[in-house]
Amino acid sequence: MNYIFHFGDMWNARGEFVEGALMTLRLSGLAMVASLVIAILGALARTSGPKPLRMLVAAYVEIIRNTPFLVQIFIIFFGLPTVGLRLDANEGALIALILNGSAYTIEIVRAGIENISQGQIEGALALGLHRLQTFRLVVLPQALRIIVPPLGSQFILLMLNSSVCSAISADELTSAALDVQGRTFRAFEAFIVAAAIYFALSLLFSTAFATIERLAFGKRISR
Amino acid sequence: MRSFNAGDVVYLLLAARWTVLLSLIAFAGGGLVGLIIALMRVAQARAARWFAIGFIRVFQGTPLLLQLFLVFFGGDLIGVPLGAWLSVILGLSLNAGAFLGEIWRGSIQAVPNGQIEAARALGLHYGQRMLRVVAPQALRTAIPPTVGFLVNLIKSTSLAAIIGFVELTRAGQQLNNATFRPFLIFGLVASVYFVMCWPLTIAASRLERRLALAYKR
Repeated sequence: MNYIFHFGDMWNARGEFVEGALMTLRLSGLAMVASLVIAILGALARTSGPKPLRMLVAAYVEIIRNTPFLVQIFIIFFGLPTVGLRLDANEGALIALILNGSAYTIEIVRAGIENISQGQIEGALALGLHRLQTFRLVVLPQALRIIVPPLGSQFILLMLNSSVCSAISADELTSAALDVQGRTFRAFEAFIVAAAIYFALSLLFSTAFATIERLAFGKRISR
Repeated sequence: MRSFNAGDVVYLLLAARWTVLLSLIAFAGGGLVGLIIALMRVAQARAARWFAIGFIRVFQGTPLLLQLFLVFFGGDLIGVPLGAWLSVILGLSLNAGAFLGEIWRGSIQAVPNGQIEAARALGLHYGQRMLRVVAPQALRTAIPPTVGFLVNLIKSTSLAAIIGFVELTRAGQQLNNATFRPFLIFGLVASVYFVMCWPLTIAASRLERRLALAYKR
């Protein structure tokens, strides 16, 4: 192997990498928050809504989970403009990430809600708690213990998955690496740097989430 | 610009063969890598365990797309141009190996330790212990999550389109460039993936439920 690595160009492009990484964090952070909101509504609809609504949510989850994210991005980014909705790449990426993330998050939240046995709810109601109290005092604290740990993993998966948004040239980290690569012809170095940043971010977040879990729930729960 | 016709549907279906083939080959490659990683992960030697942990961490902690790029350009770099087809196979196999390795490690460790100790006491050597005592029991717990992972693998093959390999998604892009009917074409593409993945998703959850029942008894 007589290839000489040149990371000088990468150092010169550090601004682009940092900006790309910030955009990746912004996209995944926004998508996570939005999909969590959608997921709570979706999971409630899925578990206690009227039957047509339950089936609709179930169909949505199955369709998203059984098709590739890349194809979903293409449908949104190329499809929506044909019905008059103009999108730039970042908006398209965000919408795709939210729609994709919601499906997975609905399943996480649903698992948390369904894990609480009906007997507990009946017991709480029999003790005279009204529905909101039952939810707040009995269902929620137990559900959170089940929901929060996989949510952390889901965020990291979403962040890594957001690299696929480079296919429509959203300004995130993988696109930044592709730009640097195109300009410097240093493909391997550019992708190694980007991969190292993703790796550092996923380590950072998994450590942070593990700490939060420990602080919030005491002993770490096995998943 | 031309209009979309029946021949285009056939073109998509023919391209789907590559998606199927790519998935099968990557599953075989990933299975091999995964087996080695799982065995290393539960090995006595600390160096082997550490290697396996590092391998799993790196492949689960970076985007698959970048892994594919790195394999693609890494081949050029060491003077072995791999081309789109081989790089995608290699990249997907390594990635699948990390995920399957982690799944199978769990299944191996779920076999009670007493079984392995008993097998050792009976004088079975490593290969016999693994093949005759651990594997048959680990297989039961390994199958449902492995089938579930297969869905992920099939979806992952769509990233080959970005490298330039013409499979289902890439074929959809080509048709969309020619006819500009994104909803119709990518809708069709998504349906073909769905038809491949959904039965596996259902099978995985059925198997999982059956396994959970078996453990309750």
